[in-house]
Amino acid sequence: MEELANLFHGFAVALQPYNIMLMIIGITLGVIIGVLPGLGGANGVAILLPLTFSMPPTSAIIMLSCIYWGALFGGAITSILFNIPGEPWSVATTFDGYPMAQQGKPGEALTAAFTSSFVGALFAVIMITLVAPLVAGFALRFGPAEKFAVYFLAFCSFVGLSKEPPFKTIAAMMMGFALAAVGLDSITGQLRLTFGVTELLNGFDFLIAVIGLFGIGEILLTMEEGLAFRGGNATINLRVVLQTWRELPAYWMTSLRSCLIGCWMGVTPAGATPASFMSYGIAKRLARRGNNFGKGEIEGVIAPETAAHAAGTSALLPMLSLGVPGSPTAAVLLGGLLIWGLQPGPMLFVEQKEFVWGLIASMYLGNLAGLLVVLTCVPIFAAILRVPFGIIAPLILVLCAIGAYSVHNSTFDVMLMLVFGVLGYLLKKCNYPLAPLVLAIVLGDKAEEAFRQSLLGSQGSLGVFFSNGLVSTIMALGLVALFWSAIQEGYSRLRTAMA
Amino acid sequence: MSERSERGPAHKTLEIGMALLIGAFGLVVIFGSLKAGINWGAEGPRAGFFPFYVGAAIVGASAINLWSARRDDDGRLFASWGQLRQVMSVVVPTAIYVGSMPFIGLYAASMVFIAWFMRWLGGYRWLTTIAVAVGMPVLTYLVFERWFLVPLPKGPFEEWLGL
Repeated sequence: MEELANLFHGFAVALQPYNIMLMIIGITLGVIIGVLPGLGGANGVAILLPLTFSMPPTSAIIMLSCIYWGALFGGAITSILFNIPGEPWSVATTFDGYPMAQQGKPGEALTAAFTSSFVGALFAVIMITLVAPLVAGFALRFGPAEKFAVYFLAFCSFVGLSKEPPFKTIAAMMMGFALAAVGLDSITGQLRLTFGVTELLNGFDFLIAVIGLFGIGEILLTMEEGLAFRGGNATINLRVVLQTWRELPAYWMTSLRSCLIGCWMGVTPAGATPASFMSYGIAKRLARRGNNFGKGEIEGVIAPETAAHAAGTSALLPMLSLGVPGSPTAAVLLGGLLIWGLQPGPMLFVEQKEFVWGLIASMYLGNLAGLLVVLTCVPIFAAILRVPFGIIAPLILVLCAIGAYSVHNSTFDVMLMLVFGVLGYLLKKCNYPLAPLVLAIVLGDKAEEAFRQSLLGSQGSLGVFFSNGLVSTIMALGLVALFWSAIQEGYSRLRTAMA
Repeated sequence: MSERSERGPAHKTLEIGMALLIGAFGLVVIFGSLKAGINWGAEGPRAGFFPFYVGAAIVGASAINLWSARRDDDGRLFASWGQLRQVMSVVVPTAIYVGSMPFIGLYAASMVFIAWFMRWLGGYRWLTTIAVAVGMPVLTYLVFERWFLVPLPKGPFEEWLGL
């Protein structure tokens, strides 16, 4: 078992006192980010990324990924206590979590949510430990055509799986590709799409886009509702925790199902938000007390939280093994890899063993630490929410500006951030999905490079993407994903016609 | 918070505007790609090859979005004027804040911005306002410049303080 040895080596890396300290800092910051409106996992990590430029990459990724776990945990707190989802993936948690809190059982709901999150994450990490090296080993044999096919599949899955209209997804995604293309062309070294503006020579940095689209955009959406914001109270004591833990094993079937849904949705880039809704929906249909869902059923908290956390964690599997992030936050982490001078993709498992396994080991430890931190500190985090939005909002805006500036030490980027912010507000209001846009900015150059290299090899014939069994299979899966909604509709029409 | 007027721009209008805006962006991308060259050169596909098709896809998708935006009208509002005023009350000062940063530096601009936001939008007492408006940039200075050694833009005010 070479992997096991690697994993133990990874634990040795993650357990260094400096890394443990960063882990705790990351989790705490992450929960705060998850609790605050307007600061989400993706842009929280993006703002803090410049702080890690001088750190060793392994320590940096440990801290940033822990921010991500923290944000996943934190989203549940506001959903249950205040009926305000701190993150989109915790919307489904409000359905039953908030009624439970109102019935005087906030402690039970929070314990169930945190524990389910932990179970989902643990399941996903174990899956990553077992599967990621295999996928990476397999992907080492990929040529440019196969690489492009994987990107194709990832982006097509967005079109097929997202709940937004497919052509809006395509429009948003292609805008991302276009923004990624601006500046120096990496193959010919020629300038393009800059229209003589010197600030655009280096293209658009996706970190600026993330901070603007998710951070500023979210604040503007919140501002529509004004500054009114109610607070609430929360306590968890050991008795409630233990009592809830005794109840939870009865729902093992729901947990397992949610884990599987989460892992599947996380690996395909559908992400944590649809995973949580899907898991909630299926649990509601299958549960014995399904009719009580929405009135404060503990199973209705377990299902979405487990799936969201499993999806959020397993989104790192394709990022690590293929270089294709499964969620916006994973995309930001991937951008971090590039900044620290690491080449994401299967070679990481060969060349950067310490980094990869240190990260995987830190996922086990980080989630355990996260569970302990949130269980013990809920009242403190809930108190943060009682700080009125009128104070929080300007501070978040200033933080976003600092984050945007420190990416390239450029004030032009800060203005760009505001433009992206207004754009993000408008796009969100008009139902355009933001995740594919961000992913396309991150992956645009790589996808284009793979595309052009494949065409170079085949003298311009598109047949190269169907030249062998492997690449044809991936491309075919991509096409199925692309036309998935049309296929579904055709199938249901066929069935009604048959009946 | 403030009085909600139930009037405002229709969702359909914004939907159409968005589709047109994105479509125009696609045209710009196509134009730029044509300038960079979209055919095959000595070293294979030229720089504009890939973005050209991306631009074409943007225009195509926007055309369909425009068509469906014109077709279904559910009479929804995009947002009421009151809500839009709330949003603009953040956008405009943030624009001023961001625009003034190259000249007066981040710290001074942040102080004024936070103070303005808390005092006029939040309606806080001067004491609270000043405490946060001064405290946050000082904390930022300590964390970013001292601890993590990340330099932030400075203006005449910081120079005068000798930071």
